[in-house]
Amino acid sequence: MSIWYLAWRNIVKNPLNLIMSVVLFSLGVGLISFLLLFNSQLKEKFDKNLAEIDLVIGAKGSPLQMILCSMYHIDNPTGNIPVKNALPLLKENHPLIKQAIPLSLGDSYKSYRIVGTNHELVSLYGASVFSGSLWKKDFEVTIGSVVAGETGLKLGDTFKSAHGFADDTDLTHDHASFVVSGILAPSGTVVDQLILTNTATIWQVHEHQGEEANHDDKAGEHHGHEEGDHDHAHDEDHAHDDDHVHDNSNTDLAAHPDEEITSLLIKYRNRTNFQALNFGRNINENTELQAASPAIEINRLYSMIGLGTDALRGLALLIAAVSALSIFISLFKSMRERKYELALMRVMGAHRSGIFALIILEGLILAAIGFAVGSALSHLGMNWAADYLKEDFRYSFTGWKWLREEWWILAASLFLGMLAAVIPAIQAARTDINKTLSEK
Amino acid sequence: MISTKNLKYRYKGGPELSFPDITCNASDILLILGQSGVGKTTLLHLLGGLLTSGQGSVWIEGTDICTLRDTALDKFRGKNIGIIFQQNHFIDSLSVIENVMIAQKLAGNRVSESEARTMLDRLNIGHKAEKSVRDLSQGEKQRVAIARALINKPGLILADEPTSALDDHNCDEVLALLQEQSKAAGSALIVVTHDTRLKENISNQINLMAS
Repeated sequence: MSIWYLAWRNIVKNPLNLIMSVVLFSLGVGLISFLLLFNSQLKEKFDKNLAEIDLVIGAKGSPLQMILCSMYHIDNPTGNIPVKNALPLLKENHPLIKQAIPLSLGDSYKSYRIVGTNHELVSLYGASVFSGSLWKKDFEVTIGSVVAGETGLKLGDTFKSAHGFADDTDLTHDHASFVVSGILAPSGTVVDQLILTNTATIWQVHEHQGEEANHDDKAGEHHGHEEGDHDHAHDEDHAHDDDHVHDNSNTDLAAHPDEEITSLLIKYRNRTNFQALNFGRNINENTELQAASPAIEINRLYSMIGLGTDALRGLALLIAAVSALSIFISLFKSMRERKYELALMRVMGAHRSGIFALIILEGLILAAIGFAVGSALSHLGMNWAADYLKEDFRYSFTGWKWLREEWWILAASLFLGMLAAVIPAIQAARTDINKTLSEK
Repeated sequence: MISTKNLKYRYKGGPELSFPDITCNASDILLILGQSGVGKTTLLHLLGGLLTSGQGSVWIEGTDICTLRDTALDKFRGKNIGIIFQQNHFIDSLSVIENVMIAQKLAGNRVSESEARTMLDRLNIGHKAEKSVRDLSQGEKQRVAIARALINKPGLILADEPTSALDDHNCDEVLALLQEQSKAAGSALIVVTHDTRLKENISNQINLMAS
């Protein structure tokens, strides 16, 4: 028999009040904690995928779109750029650029993007080969761990790609058949979700597009981004030498100045160099290319997402306030009903402070239950929503993660519960035994 | 034992109520009779330390409770005074036996379930120990209230109209139990009532008159 026991009995005596308070409270807590889980994981994924890339260069358009497409593989490309325009940036001894990795997009398999690039991309994201090897020849691919897991592709398997990024069998390239030469170990970065091959493979897949004009028109409707693609396919003057081995190097790109790539991921030699600071602007002002800084664009994105989550957070705080009010009302009501009981406790020797503590404890217990239920809801909900989020953001989220901030939510919950209980508790403690017991 | 001297009380805007000096020794019983409105409940609340702004003194077990304040008074009352009311309220969320045990707890005594059970058995209510207090009849409730008042073996038991809500049969039984158990505990028992059925059973009587 303790004060805890008594407080607990008093709470469960009124199941409807209990349910009402807990439902409201857990809704507020759940929403806040869900937002926290979502934001922190999204930010973590975004940050991880920054991979110290200083600049992305591609076709003119929306810089954010270009970043999202080239670094996070969420959005469509802004277009393609001719290799010859990019050649100056690919020079080995460029005074500013330490590393420039080309990306060529346009195809996918079961909605996983096929990226034509070189081996440097793998090390850029700190990924390593789990089985097999990195691609060596045209049409050999190395797939990320998520791709392997979700599509069931194994070493040596072949598959045909679809044009564009949607999983649409109508758009399958009939002739291009890829072979899985390697599978990457999970890296927690976007590479997990990519199918990597060399740049030339992407060119070859799309060379054939001219021959299947009907097909391609159809595809064109789906992706407005590929204005450049059609031209390059039709204007194909220099026949591809099928025996020519593409060695993945940037010098290989130089051998095909009329081909196109989607973008370049750039790392500076020294990012604080004065010229490096102006490099992007120079490109934007003086060339047909567009340069964008991931850090700036992603911060812009955060602030845009932030507006949405701010509104949701506001709503969650409102719910939390209403739930605190409901706890207050339910405690106040029950305190009124129990006035005689509380007076009786005083008669039996309980001091005012004991009565005060009892009511406060009831508020705290309600808040704690609300927190526990809400927290469970948000984690379960996060896990459930992870599947949908994966489709939208192409990242895996998890609900089985406890953030340090959640301790703060717990503290705030308990504080709110206490706050809601303070007035009823003061009232209860002030109750005049004599008067209460004289009322019959 | 209990004794009072020059006990007076004045409600705001009301006449001053002055009470005759009272003495009741351990194991004795005192009946205080009076019609409604003569200050019976006021006197009982003064004796029980529920009303603190009175004049005069109330000595219980050698302590003048009129000099005690706040925590000290609550503590003293819990340990030394057991009060039984006409309409006995309980802590609804607790079972019968828990309602007895909480009296031990709040008085700061050791909480003993076996003692509480023995007390309920002595009042022939042991079979209802695990029941909710809301399911009890008036007579049963009064017995639980007596058990609760006696569990801490207080020096003084105050009973405010303990029988007026009961029929004759229950009235006799409850009074008998009250007398028996307070004697067994060595407590002074003061019964305040307008129930004239009790007159024949208790010889030591005081009549309160309207002043």
